[in-house]
Amino acid sequence: MTLSISLTVNGQPRAIALDDPRVTLLDLLRERLHLSGTKKGCDRGQCGACTVLVDGRRINACLSLAATLDGASVTTIEGLAEGEALHPVQAAFIACDGFQCGYCTPGQIMSAVGLISEGHAGDDAERVRELMSGNLCRCGAYKGITEAVLQAQREMTAETGRDAA
Amino acid sequence: MNRFDFLRPTGLTEAIAEGGKPGSAYLAGGTNLVDLMKIGVSRPERLVDISRLPGLDRIDWLEDGSVRIGALVRNADLAYDIRFASAFPAVAEALLSGASAQLRNAATLGGNLMQRNRCAYFQDGASACNRRVPGSGCDALHGENRLHAVLGWSENCIATHPSDVCVPLVALDAVVEIEGPQGPREIALDALHRLPGDTPELENALLPGELIVGLRLPAEAKAFAAKARYLKLRERMSYAFAVVSAAAMLTVEDGRIREARLALGAVAAKPWRARAAEASLIGALPDTEAFAGAAALALAEAKPSGANEFKIELARRILVRALTLAMEGTPAVMPALPASPFSTHTGDRHVA
Ligand SMILES: Cc1cc2nc3c(=O)[nH]c(=O)nc-3n(C[C@H](O)[C@H](O)[C@H](O)COP(=O)(O)OP(=O)(O)OC[C@H]3O[C@@H](n4cnc5c(N)ncnc54)[C@H](O)[C@@H]3O)c2cc1C
Ligand code: SF4
Ligand code: FES
Ligand code: FES
Repeated sequence: MTLSISLTVNGQPRAIALDDPRVTLLDLLRERLHLSGTKKGCDRGQCGACTVLVDGRRINACLSLAATLDGASVTTIEGLAEGEALHPVQAAFIACDGFQCGYCTPGQIMSAVGLISEGHAGDDAERVRELMSGNLCRCGAYKGITEAVLQAQREMTAETGRDAA
Repeated sequence: MNRFDFLRPTGLTEAIAEGGKPGSAYLAGGTNLVDLMKIGVSRPERLVDISRLPGLDRIDWLEDGSVRIGALVRNADLAYDIRFASAFPAVAEALLSGASAQLRNAATLGGNLMQRNRCAYFQDGASACNRRVPGSGCDALHGENRLHAVLGWSENCIATHPSDVCVPLVALDAVVEIEGPQGPREIALDALHRLPGDTPELENALLPGELIVGLRLPAEAKAFAAKARYLKLRERMSYAFAVVSAAAMLTVEDGRIREARLALGAVAAKPWRARAAEASLIGALPDTEAFAGAAALALAEAKPSGANEFKIELARRILVRALTLAMEGTPAVMPALPASPFSTHTGDRHVA
């Protein structure tokens, strides 16, 4: 049974023929669309390494069957930078030392982008930590991660403030 | 994962017709079912994707003062709905204490109610488990069972229901709206999850093919908005299931308790409403003595199912704490660490 779905992946419309309904969004991205920036840690919703945005919301790609996503728009770590210009969250992770080995980092960054657009953390580090708790970092770079999220959020708010003015 | 047929019905009637066939399972957010399919615990032949059924993702405020939440409303959307969270703050707090931000964005209310237990032997295909394979035995009974049930268990199964949001919902007399091959019906949330008894494989009251379409909270439930808390003790600060949890809600008149609602989580195979404890508080002064008395009543029938006697005392204490905090009043803003007993005072930080 082949299922066809259409997805917009990082702004590109794609028609996808799924020969098997068991394919998760994570495996679709990594194994079939060759977007290996999204990482597989636990494959069970417990680590956050696979975090991507679906229709602007952060979710765990490992628990989402691709077949359920017909018509959705997916953003992965590969879709954040504009040419050579890093997304403010990417830049802040570098500036704040928000990683060591880097394995959890794409998921951390996508989760942070989601967190900032949700807008529930304010400038409270405690709320940032709580709302980033779905992303584990085995290297323990949490301090830098929290700072990066706060710094990126400040920059992005200043940015939109300027646009609005 | 086994092979399965994947169906995307466009309407409720079609979904129920497919869902009623033997071997079918409904798929909502997938955060529990896909996980269990990966480890081979759930092996549906036919997956009926209900995630896009129209009309089930709304929160409707009805004329009689009640509110109806569609089964497909995502956990995050419900928790952050301003009108809902101010009317039912303990429900929002429970939602935000569960899982992670990513999972809450995907998980639906119906799926949260229907999520399976977290017993490690249930998830391990090599272990005996009466829930997974009826009649095979229960390896948890003499195994790692410090997090298992202390109320309502039987020798056939000692697992707990892991949902947070069900705990305040059952305290507020939530009603589950069901559609099925035999037509619509509704039941109290308190009657949705079954205690194991001699039939641990029967986890809930839904008949084959029945689908939860929504959940209703009665108008009276709003009366508790000013004094309502959910507290959840976890083995780490966040992103963990409860060791024990409690919902406590009060109304107070002339310095005395007018009405109380109490329920415990992670102590039994269902969210555990503590009605005798509630009754003991009516007319009482809202002090520690009354709260301790209520907690004693709530756990009166409790007995350890293994190396988990500590949970009984912990549950008593978390109930007293939840009542004490409810009496102090619902916080004006959602605590930074929702439901955490370690963040009772604004300004407290769990790391310097
Ligand atoms: C790492 C992790 C941590 C978690 N932590 C917590 C926690 O702390 N607290 C907590 O409460 N939960 C927690 N959860 C569980 C999570 O809340 C559930 O997985 C989620 O609510 C299930 O919703 P869903 O829509 O994804 O359901 P699905 O996975 O799609 O379905 C779950 C089950 O419900 C059935 N079902 C779904 N919708 C309906 C319906 N409308 N009618 C009838 N049957 C239906 C399905 O057939 C399936 O059996 C955690 C999950 C993970 C993976
Ligand atoms: S406690 Fe219940 S779920 Fe766990 S092994 Fe025993 S029967 Fe299975
Ligand atoms: S790989 Fe998806 S949460 Fe770990
Ligand atoms: S940087 Fe190594 S796991 Fe996070």
